[in-house]
Amino acid sequence: MDAEISLTVDGVPRRLTVDTRTTLLDALRERLGNPSPKKGCDHGQCGACTVLLDGDRALSCLALAVAHDGAEITTADGLAAGGELHPVQQAFIDRDAFQCGYCTPGQICSAVGLLDEVRRGWPSSATPDLGAAPDLSHAEVAERMSGNLCRCAAYVNIVPAVQQAGGAGGSGRGTGR
Amino acid sequence: MPELLDPRAIGTDLARRDGAAKVCGTATYAFETPVERPAFAHIVQATVPLGRITAVDTSAVDALDGVLAVLTAGNAERLAWTDDRELAVLQDDEVAFRGQPVGVVIAETSELARQAADLLRFTYDEREHDSELTVDHPGLYKPDKVNAGFPTDTAEGDVAGAMATAHATVEQTYATAMYHNNPLEPHATTALWDAEAEVPLTLWDSTQGVHPARSTVAKIFGLERERIRVVCPYVGGGFGSKGTPHANLVLAAMAARALPGRPVRLALTRQQMFFLAGYRTPTIQRMQVAADRTGRLQAIAIDVVEQTSRIKEFAEQTGVPTRMMYASPSRRTTHRVAALDVPVPSWMRAPGECPGMFGPEVALDELAEALEMDPVELRIRNEPEKDPESGKPWSSRNLVACLREGAERFGWADRPPAGHRDGDWLVGTGVASSVYPTYRQASSTATVRFEAGRYAVEIGAADLGTGAWTVLPQIAADALDVPVDDVEVRIGDTRYPRASVAGGSSGTNTWGSAIVVAAGAFRDKFGGDPADGDEVSGDVDQAERDSDHAAYAFGAQFTEVRVHADTGELRVPRLYGVFAAGRIVNPRTARSQLIGGMTMGLSMALHENSVWDPRVGQVVNHDLAEYHISVNADVADVQAHWIDEHDPWVNVMGSKGIGEIGITGTAAAVVNAVHRATGIRVRDLPVTLDKVLAGLP
Repeated sequence: MDAEISLTVDGVPRRLTVDTRTTLLDALRERLGNPSPKKGCDHGQCGACTVLLDGDRALSCLALAVAHDGAEITTADGLAAGGELHPVQQAFIDRDAFQCGYCTPGQICSAVGLLDEVRRGWPSSATPDLGAAPDLSHAEVAERMSGNLCRCAAYVNIVPAVQQAGGAGGSGRGTGR
Repeated sequence: MPELLDPRAIGTDLARRDGAAKVCGTATYAFETPVERPAFAHIVQATVPLGRITAVDTSAVDALDGVLAVLTAGNAERLAWTDDRELAVLQDDEVAFRGQPVGVVIAETSELARQAADLLRFTYDEREHDSELTVDHPGLYKPDKVNAGFPTDTAEGDVAGAMATAHATVEQTYATAMYHNNPLEPHATTALWDAEAEVPLTLWDSTQGVHPARSTVAKIFGLERERIRVVCPYVGGGFGSKGTPHANLVLAAMAARALPGRPVRLALTRQQMFFLAGYRTPTIQRMQVAADRTGRLQAIAIDVVEQTSRIKEFAEQTGVPTRMMYASPSRRTTHRVAALDVPVPSWMRAPGECPGMFGPEVALDELAEALEMDPVELRIRNEPEKDPESGKPWSSRNLVACLREGAERFGWADRPPAGHRDGDWLVGTGVASSVYPTYRQASSTATVRFEAGRYAVEIGAADLGTGAWTVLPQIAADALDVPVDDVEVRIGDTRYPRASVAGGSSGTNTWGSAIVVAAGAFRDKFGGDPADGDEVSGDVDQAERDSDHAAYAFGAQFTEVRVHADTGELRVPRLYGVFAAGRIVNPRTARSQLIGGMTMGLSMALHENSVWDPRVGQVVNHDLAEYHISVNADVADVQAHWIDEHDPWVNVMGSKGIGEIGITGTAAAVVNAVHRATGIRVRDLPVTLDKVLAGLP
């Protein structure tokens, strides 16, 4: 069964027809031709498909497109608005926080979401004091980035990249908040 | 002795040239290739581990609108070459392992293709299968040779005699698990067949080598190579699993040929990758080591048992590093293989050296314990002056320097005593050596052309995240004596000159050598002031080649492990590696390669394990929720360092391969540290908490 839905993708309103079984990931990749979110597992296990869905990081392979009619989606491509890289993207390049690049757009969306969550004071299981504002310690960042697998294992570069972007005030841009 | 290139761009810390495209996600991987009206294919897999297909029922599929083709053995085209039975898909009714492709469905959408694949009904005549590797499997045989063409067995001296008389001996059996490469990008292809075109078959494929992939496809389909184009600018990781074509590529080409003019996309699902994309065989390693009172080895032997598939032999060269690593008058290495009804094993990062530096490096730790000797010192005492296997001098060998610098950086001299307790945690430290051969492949050509004031270098090389997009321009710039910004390198397309597979850590050595030859020929022919369009090619086989030395990269890895005294939880707060790998072309991408390999080694030590169920004949944890790889929170302080090494024999860049050495020895260092923390010696990987819990103090 098909359904017609509207999505705003990287700031551009789009109307499209999807199978009711189409995931948000496949809607982006296969129907709208946006290759930025990646398919690594299709089961919410690797994080490569992470996008910002109405401002929060979300696994687009676990979301059915038809259930998100009207949603605003930002992919890693959309974070580089106007051709200027988002501070998280620049930090990933500066720190060589990727190799093959396949998990990278998901890592970057996840990092942007993470910085926003920390800014809003959301705790993680690595937060030592639930009464205090969380910081960007190694443990916090590593825990919060652990939903994004990197088989090239750039983890020790990803954490400082996220910290660099967070310290440079990089949490506010591109999330729609 | 050859002169090394004068390094100017070489050795500089350049950011990746493909960085912006990768952080935005606009770098296009195979499945994402922009094409008009793609169709989607989905592979159907056998649901029995051994047997014969007796009937295929497509009636439920025929009723679906939008299904474009269903290919099975009954209607698929006959292939021109079927000797490689992994690749001879849909050619007969036989099922050789569970999960083998028995059909492919092509439909207008991916959802429909998948639905149709589920509706296809196969009936099988199932036979009893044999898929369990055991150390005394009755079918064990001696292969003619092992991977990379090494002899199956070697023997020198009298191992049994030394074991009987030496001051200290260790005789133990070690085991590594089955591992799956699991690059984050599933194996994928976009394929187009247009019979009228000059180049009728185009394959945008995720591959570690466009030219090798093209050669294989040409042979299988009986096409001239010139009638096929393979394109792959970016590879979402491979780790060996994209080094040789697998069944998915053949099926993608078949699907495209069944729908002329229509591009077809085919990707393996993550689950399918556990059947169809290769894996590392489990290994069982019986080790014997003997030493005199001073720690000098009298004998070292490894007898390896491992598996291959019934339909295609791949014999991992697990025993090979034992042949050359340490000085010992008596040495023996053997490989015995069981051919089972299992998926086809293949290359996974450092085949041979990765599993083969586990048993020996743990056995040395056990020997050091028996001798009451520092394991760093034990290794230093057994440093061979020349390659024990070939008798050749080393092109350079700086294992001792790596051990010493690693010990210094790690604070090895001040390490806590065995069984040290810090609160609830038992703390241990461990060391192991690393090694990887320096390979150069034949058959790679580069073209240098002067274009609009810049130098274009073309070669069909691959960048799997290794940094070739960035590193090859550095080499070309120094060879042409121009700034690196004046060089543009183009790779990943069979329209460019042929290049070898990105495997065996040989890419920079091989393609770089070809580029240096081409650059030299360009300057000889056109001088320093070329005209637009001036062009010349050079081949790696024209580069000077030394065969008088044994060439390897070496390293030492040090780790600190903490084991929770109550729960057995294992953490690795520190993992330091020091490597001697010739001249480092780009420190930034090199460090990433090394820490990536070390972290994958950590993952092998603690997490990875493809759990095989011999009753049904498949990996039961066949996804990324249950096949655990290290995640960010598992990884703390991982550092890679290197020592300056001037090696004029390996190539004109002075560089050795760095993509694989990082994973060698890591798991042994972790096991050795766990032993020092807990007194428990885990000899079968991975080290999971159930293996230490019962023995905790």
